Amino acid sequence: MTLAADKNTDIVVPDGHVKLTIDGAEVVAPKGELLIRTAERLGTVIPRFCDHPLLEPAGACRQCLVEVEMGGRPMPKPQASCTLTVADGMVVKTQLTSPVADKAQAGVMELLLINHPLDCPICDKGGECPLQNQALKHGRTDSRFTETKRTFPKPIAVSSQVLLDRERCVLCQRCTRFSEQIAGDPFIELLERGSQQQIGTAQDQPFQSYFSGNTIQICPVGALTSAAYRFRSRPFDLVSTPSVCEHCAGGCATRTDWRRGKITRRLAAEDPQVNEEWICDKGRFAFTYTTEPDRLLRPRVRDAKTGELRDASWTEALRVAAEGLTKAKEAGGVGVLPGGRLTVEDAYAYSKFARVALGTNDIDYRNRPSSAEELAFLGSTVSGTNPEHGVTYGDIEKAPAVLLIALEPEEEAPGVFLRLRKGNRKHGNRVFHMGQWTTPAVVKTNGTLIPCLPGEEADMLGRLPSEVDELLRRPDAVILLGERAAEITGLFSTARELAAQTGAKLAWIPRRAGELAAIEAGALPTMLPGGRPVTDSVARAEVELAWGLETGTLPTAEGRDLAGILGAVANGRLAGLVIGSVDVHDLPNPELAERALDSGVFVVSLDLRESSVTRRADVVLPVAAISEKAGTYINWEGRRRPFPVVITGTNRLPDCRVLDTLAVEMDADLFTQTPAAAMADLGRLGHHTGNRIPAPSVDAGRPNRPGQRHAVLATWHQLIDHGSMQDGEPHLAGTARPAVARLSVDTAKAFGVADAALITVGTDRGSVTLLAEFADLPEGVVWLPSNSTPATVRTSLGAGHGALVTVTTAANGAAS
Amino acid sequence: MFDALKGFGVTFGTMFKKVVTEEYPEVKKIPAERYHGRHQLNRHPDGLEKCVGCELCAWACPADAIYVEGGDNTEKARFSPGERYGAIYQINYLRCIGCGLCVEACPTRSLTMTTEYELADDNRQDLIYTKEQLMAPLLSGMEQPPHPMRLGDNEQDYYVKGPELAVSMESAPFADSMETAPLKEQGK
Ligand code: SF4
Ligand code: SF4
Ligand code: SF4
Ligand code: SF4
Ligand code: FES
Repeated sequence: MTLAADKNTDIVVPDGHVKLTIDGAEVVAPKGELLIRTAERLGTVIPRFCDHPLLEPAGACRQCLVEVEMGGRPMPKPQASCTLTVADGMVVKTQLTSPVADKAQAGVMELLLINHPLDCPICDKGGECPLQNQALKHGRTDSRFTETKRTFPKPIAVSSQVLLDRERCVLCQRCTRFSEQIAGDPFIELLERGSQQQIGTAQDQPFQSYFSGNTIQICPVGALTSAAYRFRSRPFDLVSTPSVCEHCAGGCATRTDWRRGKITRRLAAEDPQVNEEWICDKGRFAFTYTTEPDRLLRPRVRDAKTGELRDASWTEALRVAAEGLTKAKEAGGVGVLPGGRLTVEDAYAYSKFARVALGTNDIDYRNRPSSAEELAFLGSTVSGTNPEHGVTYGDIEKAPAVLLIALEPEEEAPGVFLRLRKGNRKHGNRVFHMGQWTTPAVVKTNGTLIPCLPGEEADMLGRLPSEVDELLRRPDAVILLGERAAEITGLFSTARELAAQTGAKLAWIPRRAGELAAIEAGALPTMLPGGRPVTDSVARAEVELAWGLETGTLPTAEGRDLAGILGAVANGRLAGLVIGSVDVHDLPNPELAERALDSGVFVVSLDLRESSVTRRADVVLPVAAISEKAGTYINWEGRRRPFPVVITGTNRLPDCRVLDTLAVEMDADLFTQTPAAAMADLGRLGHHTGNRIPAPSVDAGRPNRPGQRHAVLATWHQLIDHGSMQDGEPHLAGTARPAVARLSVDTAKAFGVADAALITVGTDRGSVTLLAEFADLPEGVVWLPSNSTPATVRTSLGAGHGALVTVTTAANGAAS
Repeated sequence: MFDALKGFGVTFGTMFKKVVTEEYPEVKKIPAERYHGRHQLNRHPDGLEKCVGCELCAWACPADAIYVEGGDNTEKARFSPGERYGAIYQINYLRCIGCGLCVEACPTRSLTMTTEYELADDNRQDLIYTKEQLMAPLLSGMEQPPHPMRLGDNEQDYYVKGPELAVSMESAPFADSMETAPLKEQGK
């Protein structure tokens, strides 16, 4: 047979490409491309189950058989097109032109269906099932199998969230390959042989993965289903709306499916630059918090007579709020605490509200431990971050070395963790974790721990192992800082210096989704929108011009930060507060916050659900949840992540609209009636091009040293914990990592708790009692999850990362 | 002259023809056995529901008249054999055109149609029939769910043994057709 290449010579084959023929059509394909993809580019879809573009080829299901001819000689048997790479002069016939391929595919399908149950009506995959679809397209029309089907008891719970129905499994191994290759949690394995072959869990290891939901999504049949979505609906009755995850600063693309005004599930959407096709379980399953019974539906006003909150009309609530704020403004001023989970539009409304309606720079979105050094870092380094100039997910994957400081990627930025792991697997990246113990993330990124005392991180940067220093000097090396950096004196300054010295790129990855948006919107005491320093007269003039204010109206001095605002309220210097979705228990000093709120200050709270703030507020204004409004997040890369309204017609108002109307009551115009209007208003302002806020220059702090009586506390949040945005989803909560206190055997011995199962970690404020687990922490260091127990590190201990704590055997033997 | 008489002739002749006027509602007309009337959700012989909440009827309906939500049977509360049951079931009779495509789609023969045709009301809400209104009445030997499976260990027994059970139930008063027993026989 004549080679196709000889027939037609006018197709140019670029370097690194080959030319082959598929179903009589000539195609040029890059070397190494899988046949199944080349065919796809041509518009020929070869049926498949196990093939997945982001997983390594397995050739497990044999559904993708095609006829192949090489060098004029047909290969003896039909070949799996998902494992075969293209070659020059290859002649391929798919099911479209080859009866042999077609028959082979029908045969494989018949075998697959032999033991497949007739479950479609009760199967969650029904209606979007590749097996259903491909069986109709490529299978036989009738069944020749009359014997009894193999059955298994169904379903088995692999975890509290993931259910496995072994009868439906087609053994494609997508789930096992995902767990092994992508997430690094080999929890399900292929067991047994022959017709008894099945997917199962390893006996000795309990299944624990933050990414298990992805296996449900990529399972080509209904073998893996989620407890949360089980039997909830059919895909053809759902409306699918693109959305963006609100849980961390990663900005993963998601798809929200809903019907009748209720979200039924959330799936990973595809975005190769950000989350590829994966999301973590928190992003997938934690959406029920918006429909909890304590959701605020109507405005509330504190009744003058009874002193209790009562329902009120919007008109009344806004009038009372406006009057109260105007009075408070005259009586000393009003502080604004927007919270760290806002969209740019909403954060911008808070920022403008503070300046225009309240005439103050007393605004700080950071509802977490923070520092003045961080403020300078945000202004000098983070503000204006964008994917063109800054670090991106792609950069993390390609970086020859990544140094993580005070960042626990799997717990705080799961998307970043997946990229780190991919980078290590694909390109052999070196990952260095500066932290306290060998966490699962260290193991799964094949990383190296640079151990240090909590609080010693900054100091440690000056004493990096020479290997790390060398690797950081390679082009494209990356340094990543986490949220906890604000608790470590001098870390921002030293990290900037290190980046400058080595040439490595520096990025800051906070935990909350609204952080970069709030920085861009100027929800900080030192910055106006677009990164403009409040003390810079040129910057102020720009803003005054854009906002139509008279010259000199904007306050010229830097405002108070979170601690400053709360302190000023507590001693009566500030007379009012406007608070967004802020949980008192997240704050570095919950006691001070409660004292401030109880001090008789006038509080206007804009929130989704009842909270310790709304209960103390004078006016409560309910706002729209993420699914009820449009908006834009800015992820840690500085990438804009706009999303539309998911559930339309709820009449719930986004923060920007509420603030706009409130401002009108106070005789000020924000022009933020809708998210689109707010975005346009911010867009007209643009990013600042003049002087930036000067970079911080703080010497590395001297960390607390453990002693005879005190240990040093290391702490960070676990991904799935007691956060209020995970409420109402018990199946997800069941997959949380167990809350344990970690310390080394030596430390335990030193504090005399080596034999105790339960230990109590305490401060003069209170204590947390937990099961103890031994790990490789530095001597005298004890680690606690920040918010995984009823007693939390912030509220019960009043402490943070690097604080001194006592460690004792639990007195009453009960975990708190 | 003659024409006028001819006209009376027609009138006169009609008086002796068979009357077509229906005496409805005084006398209720019994439609043909396969008339497409109000739907019914049938039960297994022990009273468990046949509906598995698969939504296939809702999908098949050209008028978008059906709304279904599935639910999970638990050890404590079992409504149908197997894992899944229809937790919410509604048919909107303002939309239904009586085509019967839903009945054809139903994989468990849960959904059938009765000959009941009196589907009129003065408001929308009352014409959206809920599961309680659509469920077949409990015949003798049936028990109100939730209750455990009485006819076997798993749902397969219900289908495999279903035909025999139907025969053995012949002695029961209305067991000849559990699915479409005419209304009067069901005691309605
Ligand atoms: S996996 Fe697909 S083919 Fe199998 S029962 Fe479920 S819907 Fe049907
Ligand atoms: S459970 Fe699903 S993904 Fe895993 S092997 Fe079976 S069919 Fe494939
Ligand atoms: S009879 Fe036809 S129109 Fe009526 S519910 Fe069934 S499918 Fe819909
Ligand atoms: S009536 Fe039949 S088709 Fe409709 S949901 Fe129930 S089992 Fe499915
Ligand atoms: S898709 Fe090729 S073997 Fe499974």
